Amino acid sequence: MKSRFGPGALTVATWVIAILFVFPLLWMILTAFKQEADAYTDPPRLFFSPTLDQFAGVLERGFLPYLSNSAFVTVVSTLFVLLLGIPAAYALSLAPVKGTSNALGFFLSTKMLPIVAAIIPLYVISQNTQLLDNVWALIILYTSMNLPLAIWMMRSFFLEVPHEMIEAGRIDGATLPILLRKIIMPVVAPGVAATALICVIFSWTEFFYSVNLTAARAGTVPVFLVGFITSEGLYWAQLSAAALLASLPVMIVGWIAQNHLVRGLSMGAVK
Amino acid sequence: MATISAPARPEPAHAKKAAPKRGTDTPFKRRLPLLPALLFVVAVTQLPFVLTVFYSFQSWNLVRPGSRHFVGLQNYIDVFADSTFLGALLNTVVLTVVCVFFSLLLGLGLAILLDRKFLGRGVVRTLLITPFLILPAAGALLWKTTMFDPTYGLLHFVFGTDVDWLSEFPLAAVMAQVVWQWTPFMMLLILAGLQSQPKDVLEAASVDGAGRWRTFTAITLPHLSRFLQLATLLGAIYIVNSFDAIFLMTQGGPGTASTNLPFYIYQRAFQGFDIGQSSAMGVIVVILTMIVATFALRLMFRTFSVQGGAK
Repeated sequence: MKSRFGPGALTVATWVIAILFVFPLLWMILTAFKQEADAYTDPPRLFFSPTLDQFAGVLERGFLPYLSNSAFVTVVSTLFVLLLGIPAAYALSLAPVKGTSNALGFFLSTKMLPIVAAIIPLYVISQNTQLLDNVWALIILYTSMNLPLAIWMMRSFFLEVPHEMIEAGRIDGATLPILLRKIIMPVVAPGVAATALICVIFSWTEFFYSVNLTAARAGTVPVFLVGFITSEGLYWAQLSAAALLASLPVMIVGWIAQNHLVRGLSMGAVK
Repeated sequence: MATISAPARPEPAHAKKAAPKRGTDTPFKRRLPLLPALLFVVAVTQLPFVLTVFYSFQSWNLVRPGSRHFVGLQNYIDVFADSTFLGALLNTVVLTVVCVFFSLLLGLGLAILLDRKFLGRGVVRTLLITPFLILPAAGALLWKTTMFDPTYGLLHFVFGTDVDWLSEFPLAAVMAQVVWQWTPFMMLLILAGLQSQPKDVLEAASVDGAGRWRTFTAITLPHLSRFLQLATLLGAIYIVNSFDAIFLMTQGGPGTASTNLPFYIYQRAFQGFDIGQSSAMGVIVVILTMIVATFALRLMFRTFSVQGGAK
């Protein structure tokens, strides 16, 4: 695309806009390496002697159990989504039966149900089944939260499997598990990876369920951050370090797998 | 039941094309792979809602043991008479519409800037998607402290005013954070759309002497429409449920100025312990959502059958 300002000017403008846009984040990263006294000054302090004290402080506050809860819940619920979602996506794309579009509509409609409308019974049920403040409650809920979207995404990837390959496999007498493993999975693997990535991001960042259904024992990293709202006036630097540590795993995964992210979000509309 | 029935329409053409011959499989066997997911989703998402409906007909406050009894529609009458509820409903609509609109617009702008080759494009894209990857809880706390603080915040430094953004413009402040958080999501989707444009059509347009604006409105926008619809739909689903930003930045305040429905229901349930009334609110929200969602679903189905047909 040509610009009357010339490509150089447009590039500079793009860079400036991008940096302005993510400035709050860059500032957070900077603040994480400050001493508390350097964190809130007027005017804000750009130059200071960096320290790792805040990260140590976050670990001392007992961050690691929250981190491991998050990791466990995210990994297990994403596996469940794939386990339940792959056969369903197959059924809705490559072997559709009567009512396929109804089933698809149903899955999507569950995403539109406001989660607040379910939180009270979920709280009561968790309390009665000893699942309150238990990671398994979150695993079940995150699976149901991500499964509908995952089925939609994976279905659009499954639709790209060449029809002839499946037909040939069927004629050779391949059963569904073999069809899935030998013929379909190799084709849809990138799409499945893209879907899994989206599930990981949404599970890791989920706030409402985890804040309401977990506490110290099964709390995930967002719950850890909530501990700062009572004291954020005093601990900006430590809060920044905690926010950075809490977000880092998903940030790194997302950076590395950017193209998967795009494919997943656009439901495979882009090759 | 809280299912929103999918609009009745013929199966998408591509689904028929992709269907293998029925063979000897019974319909049940063909449905089998779908069943576990279907049963799981019904159990986890629909059953709690049935309970919500049940609770909504009861007077039940957790702090008054033995208070639980059937009251019919009284909770609903109370909810509609509650001005806070109506305010929260309005805030929810404003928040969703404004945030979806601005994040879509900003996302479109950023996507257009990124849709060309330039030095460091990968780095810029990586920077720009990052707000979507950080925890919304972290983003909310970050904006509350380093951006909006009246004394030490960056906005104070830039504008030189002592405005306490969170108490003077609470809803706008929350919306700024939500837009910031969701713009990268919109940008990624729109960028995907831009990059999937057929190059030959664009070249043909430029050979025919179409200007950039003409090319954009006549070719790019129609091509983008299903990406924009998908972005709007997914963005709205998540933004309507916004809770983190309000919980962490304003606690719905000052007063109820930035209370939206998710936060208000949460407050009635977990701070007021009023199970009956918060359930009734939940049911009302679901009914309203169903009305809006039925239109959205119809749009979604049209979008995706068009996609299949165009391939």
